[in-house]
Amino acid sequence: MESKSLERPRTPDPRRSARNRGLWISRIILIVAAVLYVTPMYWMISTALKGPTELAVYPPTLLPQEWHWENFSKAVGYIPFGRYLVNTLVITLFSVIGAVISNLVVAYGFSRIQWKGRDLIFGLVVATIFVPFPVTVIPLFVTFAKLGWINTFLPLIVPTFFANPFYVFLLRQFLMQIPFEISESAKVDGASEWQILWHLILPLARPAIAVVAIFAAIAAWNDFFGPLIYLQDESKYTLSIGLQMFRSTHQVEWSLLMAASTLVVLPVIIIFLLFQRSFIEGITLGSIK
Amino acid sequence: MSRRERYNLMIGLLFISPWVIGFLAFLVYPIISSAYLSFTRFSGFGAAQWIGWGNYTRMAGDALFWKSLYNTAYYTLLAVPIGVVVAIVLAVAMNQRLREIPIYRAALYLPSVLPIYALSFIFIWLLNPRYGLINLVLHWFGVPPIDWLGNPDWAKFSIVLLAQLGAGQYALIFLASIRGIPQTLYDSAEIDGASQWHKFRFITLPLITPVILYDVIIGLGLGLQVFAPSYIITGGGPVNSTLFYVYYLYNNAFRYSQVGYASALSWVLFILSVVLAYGVFRWSRRWVNYEVGS
Repeated sequence: MESKSLERPRTPDPRRSARNRGLWISRIILIVAAVLYVTPMYWMISTALKGPTELAVYPPTLLPQEWHWENFSKAVGYIPFGRYLVNTLVITLFSVIGAVISNLVVAYGFSRIQWKGRDLIFGLVVATIFVPFPVTVIPLFVTFAKLGWINTFLPLIVPTFFANPFYVFLLRQFLMQIPFEISESAKVDGASEWQILWHLILPLARPAIAVVAIFAAIAAWNDFFGPLIYLQDESKYTLSIGLQMFRSTHQVEWSLLMAASTLVVLPVIIIFLLFQRSFIEGITLGSIK
Repeated sequence: MSRRERYNLMIGLLFISPWVIGFLAFLVYPIISSAYLSFTRFSGFGAAQWIGWGNYTRMAGDALFWKSLYNTAYYTLLAVPIGVVVAIVLAVAMNQRLREIPIYRAALYLPSVLPIYALSFIFIWLLNPRYGLINLVLHWFGVPPIDWLGNPDWAKFSIVLLAQLGAGQYALIFLASIRGIPQTLYDSAEIDGASQWHKFRFITLPLITPVILYDVIIGLGLGLQVFAPSYIITGGGPVNSTLFYVYYLYNNAFRYSQVGYASALSWVLFILSVVLAYGVFRWSRRWVNYEVGS
């Protein structure tokens, strides 16, 4: 919080008690909501650490009586976790590369170059956000099948190299704010648009690029539908569909599934806590009318 | 067009060419192709056989189509308004001058970035009638155990509840919008003796209507496309109570080899989405306030 707001003069005010009451009501609402919102993660970790006997105890225990850390190593051994981790990382890495390069170049074309019809076409870019993905998924599957791309990572990676309306929008918002005099003076010195992008704009746009990279990484890491339809061979699975294997046997290994889920969720939580500001900038920028 | 303009047009198009190619290859072509496939009988392999409006007439008599449409409408009509209200309440609460706001902000936003499949797994276990935390807590308050995922009515509602974990993200967008409202508006209202409720009702609420519209439009789109939670948590059951539209489409396309029929389903969804979005935009003219920009 800015210190400015804290320094407001506090004069005795008849409405002050009402405001204090408002503060407390807000605080109670937020505490209850925050508890509810972290409950799934708490229950996941708590279950991940319970032993098989404790899992079958009624009523369930709130905290594990014995902490079974070995559940994590068991979970990793129960499915080819390492293999799925590598698969997921490969897809995530290439998706981030594709998203950063393509969206930066496209957003540059929509913001730093003046050309006829630009804003009209940009309207079209924004409109595509509203097209529901199921209407494209069948022909894409058929096309990828003809190309022999089923059971490869290509259907998950290649499209990321062709820009995404949400990220283009986000980067464009940012690039528009960079003073145009920078480009003008570089052009006087004979620089091409391409050079201006890589040498002048890229370094300045780093915060926005970071937002896109983080969003693209999370989207690839979390993707469920894409791997579900395109990856059929078990050795090609990502973590998102590989985790289903804990449920393929007649009995679900809940502790192990929760341990594996914890491992999958942990990197997301860490990235979130490290880059919270970028996340918030991303969602609020993206929603500006 | 001058030489300079022509040059800029060329360079501009060159820069946006990745989008143009993606737009044509991953959007325009598939939309046209699925329109064509929707008039065929097609198993996914071999040749598609033209059957005219057959798939569309079949839909009219398909009980599962109507069931999935009903389930999706139920889900969307419940999840979206609840989501908007929850997000606004959380945003208004977070707008107070509390020192620990960053903690609430992180806690409320975090579930929005977590993978839905992991949250779905956790939800199954949270809602387990015997070993789940939810029924345990309800038991403390004397509520008899609820068969969350085994009862058709509760199962649908469980998925609506899961969707609320995403409300934190919208709360932050609302919060940004509320913080953009000029303080002078509140100050002058206070001089006129406005209560907290009046300030919310006549200043805050009208000025965040653009964000409400954004939330409704995005929520509507996502609501119509809900798939993963029911696929993972309930498998569409019990008795198809969580068979949502896209799930039924998925089954037809990837399980029953009814690719032509699935394409017709996808086009109906497409038209439905466009009509609904247009309707909401038209309707929003009555209540969205664009007067004071942030």
